[in-house]
Amino acid sequence: MLGLSSKDTALLIIVALLALLAPVLLNPFPEASAMAQFNAGYPDLMQRFVIYGIFAIGFNILFGLTGYLSFGHAAFLGVGSYAAVWMFKLLSYNVVPAILLSVVVAGLFSVLIGYISLRRSGIYFSILTLAFAQMSFALAYSVLSNPKFNLTNGETGLQVYTDDPQIFHRAGLPDLPHFFGLSMRSTYTVDMGGWSFDFNAGYYLCAIILLVAFYMSIRIFNSPFGIMLRAIKSNQQRLNYTGLNSRPYTLAAFVISGMYAGLAGGLLAAMDPLAGAERMQWTASGEVVLMTILGGAGTLIGPILGAGFIKYFENIFSKINDNVLHQWFSFMPDGAEDFLVAIVHPFVGKGWHLTLGILFMLVVIFLPGGLVEGGQRIGRFVFRRNNRKGGGLEPDAKAKQPAE
Amino acid sequence: MDAFILQILNGLDKGSAYALIALGLTLIFGTLGVVNFAHGALFMIGAFCAVFLQRILSLSFLTVDETRTDFLGNPMKVETPYVVDWFGPELGNAIIDWSVPLAILFAIPVMVFVGFVMERGLIKHFYKRPHADQILVTFGLAIVLQEIIKYFYGANPIPTPAPRALAGAFDIGTVIGFDANTIIYPYWRMIYFAFSLIIIGGVFGFLRYTTFGMVVRAGMADRETVGMLGIDIDRRFTLMFGIAAAVAGLAGVMYTPINPPNYHMGMDFLVLSFVVVVVGGMGSLPGAVLAGFLLGILESFASTSWATSALPGINQIIIYLVAIIVLLTRPRGLMGRKGVMEE
Repeated sequence: MLGLSSKDTALLIIVALLALLAPVLLNPFPEASAMAQFNAGYPDLMQRFVIYGIFAIGFNILFGLTGYLSFGHAAFLGVGSYAAVWMFKLLSYNVVPAILLSVVVAGLFSVLIGYISLRRSGIYFSILTLAFAQMSFALAYSVLSNPKFNLTNGETGLQVYTDDPQIFHRAGLPDLPHFFGLSMRSTYTVDMGGWSFDFNAGYYLCAIILLVAFYMSIRIFNSPFGIMLRAIKSNQQRLNYTGLNSRPYTLAAFVISGMYAGLAGGLLAAMDPLAGAERMQWTASGEVVLMTILGGAGTLIGPILGAGFIKYFENIFSKINDNVLHQWFSFMPDGAEDFLVAIVHPFVGKGWHLTLGILFMLVVIFLPGGLVEGGQRIGRFVFRRNNRKGGGLEPDAKAKQPAE
Repeated sequence: MDAFILQILNGLDKGSAYALIALGLTLIFGTLGVVNFAHGALFMIGAFCAVFLQRILSLSFLTVDETRTDFLGNPMKVETPYVVDWFGPELGNAIIDWSVPLAILFAIPVMVFVGFVMERGLIKHFYKRPHADQILVTFGLAIVLQEIIKYFYGANPIPTPAPRALAGAFDIGTVIGFDANTIIYPYWRMIYFAFSLIIIGGVFGFLRYTTFGMVVRAGMADRETVGMLGIDIDRRFTLMFGIAAAVAGLAGVMYTPINPPNYHMGMDFLVLSFVVVVVGGMGSLPGAVLAGFLLGILESFASTSWATSALPGINQIIIYLVAIIVLLTRPRGLMGRKGVMEE
């Protein structure tokens, strides 16, 4: 179907079902129950799942296929956001031109950066992209927001004001990003028993774009172009010796992934019409690297898994505070309860980044293939035991302790 | 002319920090071939060694002084640091006052130990893996280290002043023949510059004039041959990692009076130090030092009012611009050797 093998079609259908039914699937606990805090089925978080999923899919096309580790992809996300907000300011709140322009601008920007950075490879490439991203951040944060020429509005962040031109804006249209009149914030809530499900217009727009993006990434993975990119990853020198010029291919991959990042940035702005420079900081670039590695670089589904995983736990872990912990461990004797709370405390709430860092190190050390590889190992482990073939058992990576 | 000299002086202290961090990075890269993204975290840990020692020395106990009363009329509670109690007020207060220089002595063993644990416990397992994996795992380690520091010391910068005797500024202009009050330079920054020169000289001397250093240099040139001669080069490289960590840590200790340390200072310096290493030439120790000072001074010139009025914000991006130009025109850096990481 659609030029895909049956396996990829099945994968696409699974992702489509998951994405379209997410408002239901992510709300497994009744509203009133104590577990409701683990629900993720509210529009804001679901939108972030999907948008960062797109970002990570794009990053994976560069890193997973060619092996070029870019540490500056957040720059394209930020540029996309700025472009989208400028469209809101100049034309109207319609998201279509905004998203289109954000993709185009991010694409042009990545041609410029890619043309220069891709002259080098390996560690130099990482440092060059890092330098470019930090430069873009400095430009957006302070340089391009002086009174004479205010492109980014500096620290405050770029946003739409009432005196902006908005030449296509008419009275009947909502004063928020909309898709030909359908506001991105309009939500249809279904109450069923104790549950309540939010079906949000903005989320579905993002989900459909995610599916298109995912489909395109499958096609790129399977195309001759994708095979060429894999060849670059495995041995670029040999490829050059055969007389092929690899640079156009790497540049194309870089620009494609930059456009994915721009698309994600445009969608972020479409969900919340605000663009700030902190989106371009290098920690944001590090985050997308984390997502891709955590999920599994070079696999189709990995980046989406990684993005969902990080965004979900970021949200849940940072909500847990000492009161919640005491509630959980209340069945224990007081001393043990306080002890456990004291142990867990540094890792939750504001300490979420610590957990993330440790998790990330564990994944890089023991599971270079990410969650996907972990799943495969567990699958193989279970499968072998069922067949009673014995011998050569895969070590269960998750049981290992950190090396430090 | 006086403004010119002042800008050079202003660039020196930042340049010293860049040079020291870049020196450590290059040492690690040259010996172990590992790109260490956690090096900024080592700089930060060094700075927090100073904070830690200051806190330890200022530990105090409360006594009630019946002879004086506070503004509510109650007997005054007096905090007496233990050191003052033990060594008497004069020596005790002097020890607290000089906690930052004392922290140097404290930081050296701590940093060597941290470096040793890092190398043996983690980085050792990554020699055979691709550079991307090394970057990623050290990046993760940097996040973990900085979050641990944040957990213990909070997110705000912690003021760690220099000893009072060194807190003032010196009118250099009068010494070299300018009018008074034209070139004023704080004592501590002068000390920082001198200190960094001593450290840099020490590292170079160690590598140049000791047998140990000679073996290490031989190992940097050709690790396998040295190994075949029956020398345990891995052990020496581990020690070099410890030394590199100590250099970064000392840079951090001495930087605390210039800039109050916070948990992300390491990351802020790391990005720039990488740029410095690349500009200087990957694997070249003199290149790292030279580029560190050059970029520090360049940044200081770009921050002058005439530079920022001509090109607003040039001070924010000048280092990156220079790095990009250098990488494109002279890819191996200012003093890079041929064949080192040139792909």
